[in-house]
Amino acid sequence: MINLTINGLKVSVEKGTTLLEAAQFFGFPIPTLCHMEGLSPYGACRLCVVEIGEGPKAKLVSSCTYPAEEGLKVRTASRRVVKARKMVIELLLATAPQSKVIQDLASAHEVRQQRFRQEYEDCILCGLCARMCKEQMMANAIGFRGRGEKRSLGAPFDIKNEVCRLCGGCIYVCPVCMLRCTYTEPEKAICGGCANIGPPCVEKEKFNDMMCYMEPCVACEIRKE
Amino acid sequence: MKTDDIAGIVEKHKDDRGGLISILEAVQAKYSYLPENALKLVSEKTGRPLVDIYGVATFYRHFSLKPRGKHLLSCCLGTACHVRNAPSISKEIAKQLGVQPGETTPDKEFTFETVNCLGACALGPIVVVDGHYFSNVRATKVKEILEAARLGLDKGLAKDDSRVFPLDVSCPRCNHSLMDETHYIDGYPSIRITVSFGAMHGWLRLSSLYGRSPATHEHLIPKDTILNFFCPHCHAELNGVSPCSECGAAMVPMMVRGGGIVQICSRRGCKGHVLDLTGVNI
Ligand code: SF4
Ligand code: SF4
Ligand code: FES
Ligand code: FES
Repeated sequence: MINLTINGLKVSVEKGTTLLEAAQFFGFPIPTLCHMEGLSPYGACRLCVVEIGEGPKAKLVSSCTYPAEEGLKVRTASRRVVKARKMVIELLLATAPQSKVIQDLASAHEVRQQRFRQEYEDCILCGLCARMCKEQMMANAIGFRGRGEKRSLGAPFDIKNEVCRLCGGCIYVCPVCMLRCTYTEPEKAICGGCANIGPPCVEKEKFNDMMCYMEPCVACEIRKE
Repeated sequence: MKTDDIAGIVEKHKDDRGGLISILEAVQAKYSYLPENALKLVSEKTGRPLVDIYGVATFYRHFSLKPRGKHLLSCCLGTACHVRNAPSISKEIAKQLGVQPGETTPDKEFTFETVNCLGACALGPIVVVDGHYFSNVRATKVKEILEAARLGLDKGLAKDDSRVFPLDVSCPRCNHSLMDETHYIDGYPSIRITVSFGAMHGWLRLSSLYGRSPATHEHLIPKDTILNFFCPHCHAELNGVSPCSECGAAMVPMMVRGGGIVQICSRRGCKGHVLDLTGVNI
């Protein structure tokens, strides 16, 4: 067992537990975005920041990837953590303001402003879909491509590949949802009920036959008018 | 494209860790780019998912998924070259070729790329054409470089000339092959050795064609410098004792596969060399 202090509370956890798991187990909430039980931790979104150490040596780390250490002092809601978390949300909001998940996060954490240029990206590169596809669906159909500015997520060669089973797992987990794996073939598209209102919902002509589970669907309502 | 070729390449690298990059390098050396089908075959043969392979292929700038032209022209836009006016050279090249960086001319002659530092900053701005480095390039020199490339910088290569033939050499100490199959000079795998002179230390690539002496190197080596040659595998010094018949500097012996020894002069620019395929006794 490993002994550590979370927000002043002395606790002990099993070896290999991450700070996130430990904090959540003892009832300290930490918001997450790119973390999901059953998928390997990835540490892409930085939303789960916590402060560890003391004095000038204190630093921010992502709790979903940081393993519990003996004697570690963790703060999950210090002023520094809250500030960093708000900044992360603000940046996410600038990247994909249309995402329902991110909007909810912003309202839950009282982010009232967004000072950066809006991008309307259709992906925040959280890697959830690729991990879902690989680790739970065993399909390995989509993944990261390119690097730097050009990094993107999708299928090799941007064409629909044979290994994808159209299970919809990737759409289900995506916080930004753009029918990543099927949008190249509108007639096979499936709505994941993400409420993000992306092109498939709005480009009526092309995605007319899309399976949609939303009832009522905002986009469809708009469409009727 | 032959399935066997890819299978052979995969087989060759199957034991080394991180072998994927070596495999892709070998495939690219063969086809000059990474064809879609080749990547699929690599995925099939290695058992790795295609996404992972595609991810690696698109991550590194060295790999190209589009067919490339006959000549590859890279213009350095690294910091040092940038401040010495490299952007204007890049613009001039783009204008003369009529394509933007990353594109290939419609006649499939040139592929134009920009790179971020080639490690030869002191000589900048640098333009590299088919492995030949041009230093201190001015916009006015671009035309000349393109002309030279069109004529063939590796000209003089006569594959049908029976006096010119490729050698496969190895280190006389550790017997590791010195051939580098990822870099071709004169259309054949080059010979890669480590050299040092003064305080400088780096690699040198030689043409494997006997009787030809084009070379590329990491540092600018002044003419007539006597170099110390080392094996890149066992790091043993290769300079021998017998003097060059032309200039008197020490000769560097290397083993020839199939028997025999080839000796080259250690002085940069000296053309002295001896090929002895008879007296093999080690
Ligand atoms: S729908 Fe296709 S790409 Fe998406 S998780 Fe399922 S198999 Fe993977
Ligand atoms: S497509 Fe969605 S789940 Fe996949 S990386 Fe982008 S934002 Fe994350
Ligand atoms: S949840 Fe930890 S970095 Fe995204
Ligand atoms: S910046 Fe051009 S070679 Fe380094």
